[in-house]
Amino acid sequence: MAMISQLLASTLRLSTPLIFAAMGGMLSERSGVINIALEGLMLMGALGAAVGTVATHSPWLGLLIGMGAGLAMAFIYALLVIPFRANQIVAGMAINMLALGLTPFLCKMLYGVTGSTPQISYPEQFHSAPLYLAWIVVGLCWYLMKFTPAGLWLGFAGEHPEALEAAGIPANRIRWLAVLASGVLAGAGGATLSTFLSSSFARNMAAGRGFMALAALIFGKWRPIPAALACVLFGFADAAQIQLQGVKFRGAEVPVQFIQILPYLVTILVLAGFVGRARAPKALGKHFSTANERE
Amino acid sequence: MRVSRKLFALLVLFAACLSPSTAADFKVGLVLDRGGKDDKSFNSSAYEGANLAKSKLGIYLKYVEAADDNAFEPSLRAFAQRDFDLIIGIGFAQKEAVKKVASQFPQKHFAIVDSEVNVPNVRSLMFQEHEGAFLVGAIAAMTSKTGKVGFVGGMDIPLIRRFEMGYTAGAKRINPQVEVLANFVGVTSEAWNNPPKGKELALSQYDRGADVIFAAAGASGLGVFDAAEQKQKFAIGVDANQDWTKPGLILTSMLKRVDEAVFSTIEEAKAGKFSGGVKRFGLANNGVGYSFDQYNAKILSETVRQRADELKAEIMNGKIEVPDYYKLNR
Repeated sequence: MAMISQLLASTLRLSTPLIFAAMGGMLSERSGVINIALEGLMLMGALGAAVGTVATHSPWLGLLIGMGAGLAMAFIYALLVIPFRANQIVAGMAINMLALGLTPFLCKMLYGVTGSTPQISYPEQFHSAPLYLAWIVVGLCWYLMKFTPAGLWLGFAGEHPEALEAAGIPANRIRWLAVLASGVLAGAGGATLSTFLSSSFARNMAAGRGFMALAALIFGKWRPIPAALACVLFGFADAAQIQLQGVKFRGAEVPVQFIQILPYLVTILVLAGFVGRARAPKALGKHFSTANERE
Repeated sequence: MRVSRKLFALLVLFAACLSPSTAADFKVGLVLDRGGKDDKSFNSSAYEGANLAKSKLGIYLKYVEAADDNAFEPSLRAFAQRDFDLIIGIGFAQKEAVKKVASQFPQKHFAIVDSEVNVPNVRSLMFQEHEGAFLVGAIAAMTSKTGKVGFVGGMDIPLIRRFEMGYTAGAKRINPQVEVLANFVGVTSEAWNNPPKGKELALSQYDRGADVIFAAAGASGLGVFDAAEQKQKFAIGVDANQDWTKPGLILTSMLKRVDEAVFSTIEEAKAGKFSGGVKRFGLANNGVGYSFDQYNAKILSETVRQRADELKAEIMNGKIEVPDYYKLNR
């Protein structure tokens, strides 16, 4: 029984950064902008939050600064892919690379050490707040997409930007806002890594979680609640492999290598379409130009 | 006039940039592993050794941190092509790169930590990790009240299995019934840099009843220390002395004197006494051991230390043979 409650607690903790990032990815992708840059945005958020918490001694202010760092990076991404019309996959990877190099560089400038920040003392860390915050964000995203005009516009920007434009709402402005919001949320996801799940920034600490969030988003068919539940499933796979490591099965130890492929195996099964077809927003990855621009 | 003054200023600046390299005649290039200079563990220890050589021996030191495993070879080669006299690769992952570059530059001196490279101009710095791990395993078992101790390894490689095997043997020597919970962070080099995962593994071990956990996981070990703080239980550090990172919670650190090995190699090379081949660091020459300082003085009791020192003597005189993963899995 104790093991089950530990497993559940561990699942919720591990899915928290994924949920934030997946919600950010959802906003961006539903508006028609592929967001493969989640990993880099998370990394910026993780650094921003650690730096902010070390400086202000408050994880909440740290979280804000982390979100700001994600926003700043998302601004660069939006600039590349919306007005400059760069290929979204290439630009997204570029953002990831930039974050990978920029974060240790900033650490060096701020603290004279490469790739890490000073430790955040225990009372100044988050202890449970992000767990709840993540689900509040899911609720808000669900409400936004389902009941507000903004959600409708967002959906149209990703499905039929021409129709949105014809209705007098600039599709690219919606995309701008959606990408910036995805930076804020992915930044918050990164912040939970450095101030909630550990106590400092470490180089490349996102460790693929941005891509996991993206996979969860696709698994959840680009809808907020299913995507969040997919994050919980991935969190569960991760937690289960942590609990199962070193466990003996019929006298033989289950090899860790096998257990550690579980989350990825789940992702592949999902992407291969074993759980229904995932249909992406129609205009996803396609640049939109207004009639004036086309002429 | 103004232009020439500017030019002069530029020249002065240029000369200033050049001067450190011309002042010191012996140049050492250090290629660090993925964990980076500030992992407060393995790489920090290597860097400290090289830095000590810089201040004590007046060498010229330049270090690089590899961003990924493909960066080792170009980094080593860049040092070799320039006028560096001694190039040191830190970590087992650089084995092939050191082997290749050292063969191409036979007139240069190389050293590598944690791996054996059989090229005449390479010195391999090897540590008897299992002996040190045996001692901290014994300390863990003596301190544990629950009869369960934990081990969190970084990347699942023979080197870390060697730590684990020594640790388990040490714990069983004290208490044959002891249960050792062993986990690994991952199977790629990302595993050295994932404190959230290290913390999660440690929390799970503490929940299952372990009350001392040995972290041999590079920067991921910092997550294990966070878990120790959250649960107010003990952890054991690795490589560098990590007792100071969480005073009162880090029971001891298994020291692996990479700093000593790096320093002595630089010292000998500078004096013209460089020799290739394998150089081993064990209990006998204080290459491995356990830490005792003001940060763990209150938690590491006199009796525990006495028993640990007895065990150390018994290993050194051959009464105890610590199982070695390298020998058992050849």
